[in-house]
Order: sequence, then structure tokens, then C-alpha cells
Amino acid sequence: MEWEVVIGLEVHVQLSTQSKLFSGASTTFGAAPNTQACAVDLAMPGTLPVPNAEAFRFAVMFGLAMNAEIGHRSVFERKNYFYPDLPKGYQTTQLAEPIVGPGEIEIHLEDGSSKKVRLHHAHLEEDAGKSLHEAVFEEGHGMSGIDLNRAGTPLIEIVSEPDLRSAAEAVAYLKKIHSIVTYLGISDGDMSQGSMRCDANVSVRLKGEEELGTRTEIKNVNSFRFVERAIKVEAERQIDLLEDGGTVVQETRLYDSDKNETRSMRSKEVANDYRYFPCPDLLPVELSDDYVEQLRSELPELPDAKSARFASEYGLSAYDADQLTQERALADYFETVAKASGEPKLAANWMMGELAALLNREELSIEQSPVSAEHLAGLIERIKDNTISSKIAKQVFEAMASGEGDADTVIEKRGLKQVSDTGAIEQMVDEVIANSARQVENYRNADESKRPKMMGYFVGQIMKASKGQANPQMINKILKEKLDALL
Amino acid sequence: MAVDAQTVEKLAELARIAISEETVDEVGKRLGNVLHLVDQLQAVHTEGVVPMAHPLDEVQVLRPDEVTETNQRDEFLELAPQSEQGLYLVPKVID
Repeated sequence: MEWEVVIGLEVHVQLSTQSKLFSGASTTFGAAPNTQACAVDLAMPGTLPVPNAEAFRFAVMFGLAMNAEIGHRSVFERKNYFYPDLPKGYQTTQLAEPIVGPGEIEIHLEDGSSKKVRLHHAHLEEDAGKSLHEAVFEEGHGMSGIDLNRAGTPLIEIVSEPDLRSAAEAVAYLKKIHSIVTYLGISDGDMSQGSMRCDANVSVRLKGEEELGTRTEIKNVNSFRFVERAIKVEAERQIDLLEDGGTVVQETRLYDSDKNETRSMRSKEVANDYRYFPCPDLLPVELSDDYVEQLRSELPELPDAKSARFASEYGLSAYDADQLTQERALADYFETVAKASGEPKLAANWMMGELAALLNREELSIEQSPVSAEHLAGLIERIKDNTISSKIAKQVFEAMASGEGDADTVIEKRGLKQVSDTGAIEQMVDEVIANSARQVENYRNADESKRPKMMGYFVGQIMKASKGQANPQMINKILKEKLDALL
Repeated sequence: MAVDAQTVEKLAELARIAISEETVDEVGKRLGNVLHLVDQLQAVHTEGVVPMAHPLDEVQVLRPDEVTETNQRDEFLELAPQSEQGLYLVPKVID
């Protein structure tokens, strides 16, 4: 039997406004507990919410970037449930008339293929506070602590149609959302701080089947890697269950990354019934066509457009262009290097090679790169003008990474300048030939077709003698002339 | 028609309110009266009428994104039955 996995994602993205969705309390991350929870956030009697215009601006920008319909009129509703981190007893959210309607984006997969994923809608809502269950208290009084700093922080919840067919597609979709929100500058997209959270609806069906299988919802998976693993392991669980003649129960499950398994969050409580109704404290929000069109005209260049431009303007391969445009900061870095050095392809190669390896090794983001775009451009210029070989350039790069200054400083200080002086190279070639009688003999006796390969030995020796600083093209030329003269 | 006892208990659970056994019937009867009122409203011919989201036919005014609140944590914490290390304490909750 061949199974097909069907996935829909609900992604929560924290909007990076200064103040909350309905109050003037700060949203700064990491403040001391409850110092940013005001009377509105705490649901004190007599308080009234006033919506934040910036949250709407961000939500509309997102909708436009997703090629979605914009809700010119949107309405807040109350979603009722009880939990200590939700002081009002309801979450103010949107249901029937959300700010962003149906849309569509294209995702790019590792095999180079693309796929369209439909957006069901996206709505504005407020975040809840945090419950701390762990041993934060010295006395073991067995109680939970509530920090309401996050309560009321604006979120957009982005709901996809069940268009994703594998864990890899789900990750590609998530990365695309991440890329769009960070390009727009409407969220920092930091999954480790919870600025972007993901719930995955997973079901399986036999290939060719029209009807969807029973789905389960995996809650709050907080990294790209875990999303991939959680979906894989949940799909496997469902397939095993069905193949053994069982049935999938519609329920919420939690992913345990230590055990790499999902488990039921089933509770004894009555199934939730959120009893939505329009929030009487808030009037419908209306946005004019002019306002929406103004925002459309101000949208920055988005990842797909940038990728296409990088391919045409700089002659990059589709793959390279795609890689370099996933993050706005990375794309900006590339453009700085490409423009300053005039060598876009070398810039791309260095960024995806040495620079990526360095950042990976040091666990740094591109913004934290110890080698600035200007320094990398300087290095590429020295490769281009033959001051150094690419091999020596790697040494210079490492030196720049450890803070020894720009390329020229490192080359000067370490005496790495490439030897392009014909006399000096000839002398080295002569020495190596004189010291390699046996290899010279072999070369002379070898078939002509095999000779080019045999030159490698001599080149290696000369490079070694020059400490890698001799100009390789010149070595090749001079060596060939001298060896052929011996034939 | 009165709301049956089972529904009253479910609603009480959802609303997290305690309703004593003796009052279940009475509450059911009163809820039934409210529903009767709703039935009368439902009977009104509303075809072609766009539902309103609010009794006032007005549009929401938005506020500029500015931090206007100051930290009044200590005053708020004093209102809570229990607090520690700046946190409100509640009976243990586990997901």
C-alpha cells in the first residue's frame, strides 16, 4: 500500500510592534516578570481595548506579500476558554471576517522543484501569558507562576490549506513564511524565542484517495528541524496504526523531541467549545483602498523577486540565487560584496563555501559575521587581480575571521603576496626539475596523453617550495615549456 | 422549554461556575426562557440584512504604536491572593 501524507500548518507569528495589540504596554522580550502587563492586559474591570494601528499595517503587508485578499473590514471575536495565562477568560481573535483572506505562495524544494501552497486565511489575535511550572520557587509549594508580559502581544495566525504532502514540503513552506515576515520586517521570526510557532495538522490516506483521513494536530513545535521530525514520526504512527487495522483518533498531540515521538494530550476535561462571538468592546475595523494600495506600493523586494533578479542581474544559478535570498540580511551582504568586488559569482561561491562554514562552525548569524561584506569584497579583489591565489585566499579569510584586519593588511603582514615574477618562478621550476631526475625520466618516457597528469607532481613541489604563493597559471606555463624542452 | 440538566452542567463546566444540584432545574428553566426569547428573535425575517458586528454602526479608531504604560507591577501584585518573585501564583497547571 502506498500512503500519502497530508499536512496543513497553522503558524503563529509575533509581530514586532513596540506596544501590545490592545494596550500601550511594551512588548520587549525578556523583561522582568509582569513588569509589562498593564491593567488592560490583566483584564481589570472597566478597561477597554484600543487596537494598535501598526499591527494592522503589518498584517496587511503580510497579506499583500502572500498575494492574498485583504479584509477591508475585519471584526474581532472572543474565543472563550479558561487558563491562568489568559486573564480575560477569552482570547480576542478573528474568525468570520479576518484581516487576510485566501492567497497563495510558491515554495521551493531541495530537488529544485516548486509548488504552490494555498493560504486559507490569516488573522490578527493576541498572545497569552506564560505559565512557569518548573522549580522557579525555592519552597516546594506546588504552585504555578504566571508571567503576563506576553499577554496581549500581537500575533498573526497563518492558516494554510492542506496542500503539503511531506515533512520536507512543510519545512519549505515554514521557511518561506519566515523569509517573508523577516523581509517585511514585521517579525524577528526567532523560533527559539517563540516569535514564530507552528501547529501541524497531519493525516494520511491511500494514494489516489480523494477524501482526507482523520487528522491529528501537533502543537507548538518550535524549530524547523523538529517540525520535520514531528510530522515524519506522526505520519509513521498513523500509517502503522491503519495498517494494523486500527483507526486514527482526532486529537491534539504533543511532540517530545527527546524521545522523537508524539503523544496524546488527551485530558479528562470536557471537549473545548470556544463559543465565539463578536467582541462587544471593539468595533469593526475598516481599511480604505487607498491605505491598502499605499502599503502595496511600499512593499520591499520580496525573496522570489530578489532571487529572480540575482539570477538575471548577477548571472547566478537558480539554486545559488535562491539560497542567497532566503534571508534579507544574507541577500544584502551578497549585494554589497558583489558590487564592491565586481565578481558576483566569486562572491556567491565564497559566501556559500567558506563564509557559510565559518558561521555554521561559530553558530553565528550573518549579521554577526566576523568577516564584514567589505572585507570579503576586498579579499575577492585581491584574488581577481592575482595578488593571491584562491588557496592562499582561504588562509587570508581565516585570518580576517580571527580579527587580523582586512585582506590587504593580512596579505602584507603575513607576506602572502603571490609570486608572479617570471625570474623567481623559473628559478623554482629549475630547482624542482633538477631535484626530480626520476620523475623527469618518467615524464619523458610517458605517452603524450599521460603527460599533463604527470605535471601535477612538479606543480605540487613548486607550490610547496613557494609556500603556495607562486602564481599557478605561471607555474603551469613555465613548467610545461621547460619539461617539453627536455623531450 | 427548559434546558435539560445535562446541558446545564456542561455549560457550567465550560463557564467554570459552580451550580449546586438543587438549583440545576431552576437554572435550566431560566436559560430556557432566554432561549425562548432568542427563538422569537430568530423568527424575524432577516433575509438580505447584513449582520452587524456591533450595535453601534461605527468604525473602530486605531491607536498609534506607542508605549504609554509604565510598570505598576507591585500595585497589581498586591491585589493577587498570592505572588512570588514577581509572578502571580495559581494552583498548579499542567498541560
